[in-house]
Amino acid sequence: MKKVGIPHSLFYYYHYPLWKTFFADLGAKVVTSPATNRLIIDQGINLAVDELCFPIKSYYGHVMELSYQPLDYIFIPRLVSIEHKGYICPKFMGLPDMIKASIPNLPEVIDITIDLSKSDKTLNKDIIKLGQLFTHNKRLIKDALEHATNEFYLCRSLTKQGYTMAEAIKIWEGEEITYSQESEITIGVLGHGYSLYDEMLSMDIVNKLRNLKCRVVLPEYLEREKVENAAATIPKRVFWTLGRKMVGSALHMEEIQEVDGIIYLACFGCGPDSLIGEIIERKIIDKPFMLLTIDEHTGEGGIMTRLEAFCDMLHRRRYKVDENNLSAHG
Amino acid sequence: MKITFPHMGNTHIVIKAILNGLKLDVIPPPPITNRTLELGIKHSPEFACMPLKINVGNFIEAIEMGANTVVMAGGWGPCRFGYYAQVERDILHDLGYDIEMYILEAPDLKFTELLGQLRDLAGNVSFYEALKALNFAWYKIKAIETLEKRFEYLLPRVNDKFLVEKFYDKSLEAIDLAKNKKSVDKEVAFYLKRLNSLPINNEELLKIGLIGEIYTILEPESNYDIMRHLGRLNVDVTRSIYISDWLNDHLLGGYVKKSNRKKIIDCANPYLNYWVGGHGQETIGNAVNFAEQGYDGLIQIGPLTCMPEIVAHSILGKVSEMENIPCMTLYFDEHSGSAGINTRIEAFVDMLSRKQYGNQSLII
Repeated sequence: MKKVGIPHSLFYYYHYPLWKTFFADLGAKVVTSPATNRLIIDQGINLAVDELCFPIKSYYGHVMELSYQPLDYIFIPRLVSIEHKGYICPKFMGLPDMIKASIPNLPEVIDITIDLSKSDKTLNKDIIKLGQLFTHNKRLIKDALEHATNEFYLCRSLTKQGYTMAEAIKIWEGEEITYSQESEITIGVLGHGYSLYDEMLSMDIVNKLRNLKCRVVLPEYLEREKVENAAATIPKRVFWTLGRKMVGSALHMEEIQEVDGIIYLACFGCGPDSLIGEIIERKIIDKPFMLLTIDEHTGEGGIMTRLEAFCDMLHRRRYKVDENNLSAHG
Repeated sequence: MKITFPHMGNTHIVIKAILNGLKLDVIPPPPITNRTLELGIKHSPEFACMPLKINVGNFIEAIEMGANTVVMAGGWGPCRFGYYAQVERDILHDLGYDIEMYILEAPDLKFTELLGQLRDLAGNVSFYEALKALNFAWYKIKAIETLEKRFEYLLPRVNDKFLVEKFYDKSLEAIDLAKNKKSVDKEVAFYLKRLNSLPINNEELLKIGLIGEIYTILEPESNYDIMRHLGRLNVDVTRSIYISDWLNDHLLGGYVKKSNRKKIIDCANPYLNYWVGGHGQETIGNAVNFAEQGYDGLIQIGPLTCMPEIVAHSILGKVSEMENIPCMTLYFDEHSGSAGINTRIEAFVDMLSRKQYGNQSLII
């Protein structure tokens, strides 16, 4: 049985159910690295160039972690674009090359190019070629792809119940997840999935907020169409897929009455975030908005203090009506 | 309507020529100074890359001088540049400036569409006149590059660096003022003669290739004038980007002059096999190309947090190892201490010259 390694990082948080099902259906064994921990991060920081953003540094660590295991393949797709006329980020476009340049003795790298910016015809061909690494039966590959897509949507639908993508993946794999449902205020939390849902990178701010008696609204929870419509009100279409989702979600959240405030989790050194954060900050006028920037620093106290202060402020705005003239900008 | 535009190296001369040819009132932003940067930093997003901050500073200073329309280029990513104009417009409007932003959605576009957009801007100019303006601008680009190349060749070789720099600066001013092709020719000939008359030192020089992001390479104010600094250290620097090559490849479809872009992209194989936006792939391709030509070292420059250059930077270490060429990466941001940068450049140059001595098995 061939073994395929998938790093537990970056687009793992969006596409893992898809690739796992696909490879498993073709008879391969899927191995993932453990959830991000301090050791992985330290390895990543040592390997990567200083100026890279935090999530990519941790990805280096995950690949390194996998490279210690006996694997036949390691799956590092080149994610150019996952929708028409939209990109993810230049760093994703060069990722397989960056990894290969920095980590020696890797198992064979599957660097399939995923580019839907112009058409999706080549992608299907590429996926079939990818499947042929494991089987010659084209029918089987096509069935596997269809099954994988269904599993992906199934897992995705769990996020509508208020789970994060990371939790949805755990539930999809058969774990049970509970969190405190007690809530006094509602906060919209935005950010790239690969930093927001990684409990180590984001310092688990989703659960920190839940423990502060907040209901957390995530971009995946919102209706896709409404998010797209809100994003379309910006004069120029945002060409970063995740960036557009953030702008749309933020604008849509401002319209949802029950959302008391919005938190945007940005990564230090993230290109799209530097402009998207600015656009959102200028457009969100009626609701408190806080931009949190994360990097490899480990001071959890600072984040906790800011979250508590933000929640206290929202609480006062909501429950003490005569004091609602507080500044909307935190 | 009084039009302004952002600075990028010597392109202000060219853009001015185009807009003047379209019979538009132009107010070029004053030269980039510390004040420009301060204004830009104050009003721009903190983590945006350096060119955006300089742009904002340029616009504010030009608006203070009376400009009311800003011409800016757009694009469709994935590099941040494509979204610059949108953010800059929001910044200027929120500051209370009543200006109009005219965004040319280049570089994804065809030349004819650009011509159409320019005519929209100009209004009452005929197609022939628009074409003539572009033709004259292209002529100025060629003149400027002749002088730039000569200057870059002479600076490390001539003993009196001050005079070379002075003649070169004056020659650019003269090209800027020239009204027609004939006077452009005259100025080029005049200054080339003066530059060539300076006595030359025929020692063998260190050769360094300058690679990286286009704005940082072209705009001396954004790179602490690294070209001149290296020239004064008697280093022969070749840069990877000239504005005419870029225009030829991206806007004019490669028809105007012979393009070696394909060769450069091929050179990037097998290190970086995909386009990563900006000049990431070109940076790697040029690095390999310079190494093959026997250069002594490479300096990669870019604005801090520039995404395509970080991709290239991550791979450059491998290129350096495989092609056996020393590389150094410098990122520029708003901090103004040039001494740190100069020390690093000097140390790098010292290291290269020692390496050269080492090859001749001399012991110092």
